[in-house]
Amino acid sequence: MDPVRRIADTDLDGPLETITLVSLADGRRGFSGYIASVDAHAPAPGGLAAHELERRLLEMGFVEGARIEILHEGFIGRDPICVKLDDMRVALRRRDARGVMVRPDAAQ
Amino acid sequence: MTPPDLATAVAAAAGGAPAAPIRAALVGNPNSGKTAMFNALTGSRQKVANYAGVTVERKEGHLIAPDGRRISILDLPGTYSLRARSPDEVVTRDAVLGRLAGETPPDVVVLIADATNLRLVMRLALELRDVGRPAVLALNMIDIATRQGLEIDATRLAIELSMPVVTTVATRKRGIDELVIQIEAQAANSATAPADTWTEPSAAALRALHREAERILKACVLPPRRPDTFTGKLDSVLLHPVAGIGVLLVVLFLMFQAVFAWAAPLMDLSNAGFEALGAVMGNLMPDGLLKSLITDGIIAGVGSVVVFLPQIVILFLFIILLEDFGYMARAAFLLDKIMGGAGLHGRAFIPLLSSFACAIPGIMATRVIDNKRDRLTTILVAPLMTCSARIPVYTLIISAFIPRQQVWGVLSLQGLIFFGLYAAGLISALVVAWLVRKVFWRGAAEPFLMELPAYKIPDPMNVARNVLQRAQIFLQRAGTIILSMMILIWFLCTFPGAPAGAVGPAIDYSFAGMIGHAIQPVLAPIGFNWQMSVALIPGMAAREVAVGALGTVYAVAGADTSVLGASLAHQWSLASALAFLAWYVFAPQCASTLGVVKRETNSWRWPIIMFCYMTGLAYVASLIVYQTAVAMGAG
Repeated sequence: MDPVRRIADTDLDGPLETITLVSLADGRRGFSGYIASVDAHAPAPGGLAAHELERRLLEMGFVEGARIEILHEGFIGRDPICVKLDDMRVALRRRDARGVMVRPDAAQ
Repeated sequence: MTPPDLATAVAAAAGGAPAAPIRAALVGNPNSGKTAMFNALTGSRQKVANYAGVTVERKEGHLIAPDGRRISILDLPGTYSLRARSPDEVVTRDAVLGRLAGETPPDVVVLIADATNLRLVMRLALELRDVGRPAVLALNMIDIATRQGLEIDATRLAIELSMPVVTTVATRKRGIDELVIQIEAQAANSATAPADTWTEPSAAALRALHREAERILKACVLPPRRPDTFTGKLDSVLLHPVAGIGVLLVVLFLMFQAVFAWAAPLMDLSNAGFEALGAVMGNLMPDGLLKSLITDGIIAGVGSVVVFLPQIVILFLFIILLEDFGYMARAAFLLDKIMGGAGLHGRAFIPLLSSFACAIPGIMATRVIDNKRDRLTTILVAPLMTCSARIPVYTLIISAFIPRQQVWGVLSLQGLIFFGLYAAGLISALVVAWLVRKVFWRGAAEPFLMELPAYKIPDPMNVARNVLQRAQIFLQRAGTIILSMMILIWFLCTFPGAPAGAVGPAIDYSFAGMIGHAIQPVLAPIGFNWQMSVALIPGMAAREVAVGALGTVYAVAGADTSVLGASLAHQWSLASALAFLAWYVFAPQCASTLGVVKRETNSWRWPIIMFCYMTGLAYVASLIVYQTAVAMGAG
């Protein structure tokens, strides 16, 4: 089942708790959760074409259901970020992380 | 005698003709220990060249299997997917699919996996399985996996992936025999490999592959009971906004110091050695053209190649240690924002920093940058960094023309000018890089998406082998082109000889002299007289040679440059001297650099572009400096 669809359905059904997805690009250090969707239909200006960025993210392991946590941030403008993605570490720029939507852990 | 040699001897003794050689290709994610595996398989039986028409390095070696069969091993560039994103990865894809022009398709694909990090390589394994070429999976670094308490069901994995699975420790040469047996066994199936029907997977197909990989991992791998916490702990220091930058600065300073200062005694030794050799040969031989060719052409030319070796060896020792340890990716992470502002990749800092010592090792170091455009941009701007060969020129001119006086009471004017020349080089490099990115490669910027591998202690044997290989590549490939350029410059400065009873230095009558006189009208607006113009031609050998060349054209003999300086101060205007300094900040006065760029880019196009843009920049800068100085009364 596609996690995006499931969350959208929950939202439509009303009274249950609302789950908001947060873009990985907006997370701060310590931000964690599970990847709900990877879609780059809003590509960053000057970046790659959307479908190409999406595939590169997928190839690097940014895939629906993966566990993700922001471990480190760059010292200028908190960019780029270093994330723990399942059991590996990956560095990327916030600009390229915009399409990675995360379902944050409950505590956040 | 090593086992493969023994096997050869046995096969030879038995008199049996070995079967046709097997061609195997190594594929794997970056940081999977693929190079270590290549070294373990082939030992010193390696050859490095380029693939036809591209700048990608082609590494091939061979071994003799226990039954006497020869197995050639092609080490393909690391990749995460057959969907290639860089020229290196295109080579890997095309080689695996048998599409690469001029290459026989491999009989067996050997997939090297880091056993502690199987997630991404599992998807690559599935891609390879679907291609259908015979393949073997080597679960490398199995010792680390065992130490972490990771359990892998290799039998089940082999069934799921439909390829044999062996466990290896490349750096300890463990599991290599078993791998060779499996390569031989799989090679028997190569005739039945299906036709190439591969197409790029869509995003949906990638997701499906990921799900399949995830299922296989769940079924075959038990997560580590003692996961690696060392990497996380070290990262909390090395990637820390303050501590991390501090460590980075120390590492960079050490590296710069090593390339700049530690190499110097060895370089002096090399210079002195070749000068002594030249002197000995000079004494042994009668005066004449042959003596000049051997001492001034060949010995000096070989010397000018060998002199780079200490810097190259030291720089690559640092690069390979940092890469194998896993720090290189961290340094790129820390510097990405700064370098990215100028349109450069985070990894460009190593080539650019090294170029402050010398652009030759710097340009060779650009191969740490995977993306072709990022690599070319870095190569193009590397010679703008103030290399150590400019220092003698700057020193000569500054001490002759700039008065020893203080500015605002504390700063020396000479030191200030010196600093200004360094800053001009650095700033112009950043501006040119930015312009190249904006004007020529306006397309999409590459995403910065990089795995930060787990830290590992580098294996000394592998480090030594890889450093020596770099030195060998430099001598064989760059060395030949540098040597031929040196001999060409010697020829231009020697022929034709001075007529009998000529006054003035012999170089005036040579081709170099003619070229210098011919270009002098063009250089007049920037304040260069004909002596300066002539000195530029031998000065192409290396920037510091300009000092000696000026001595030659002004017929000032002796090693003491203060005499030459006094002579120049007498004959040049201040405006001309400043224009000469500006020229040396930008001008491509180094044939070796152009030769190495030709070698690294595999075409004359980039050295020609480099020569033109740097000459243009130098001319404009000198013109502005000269005309401004003249207008201010320094003409």
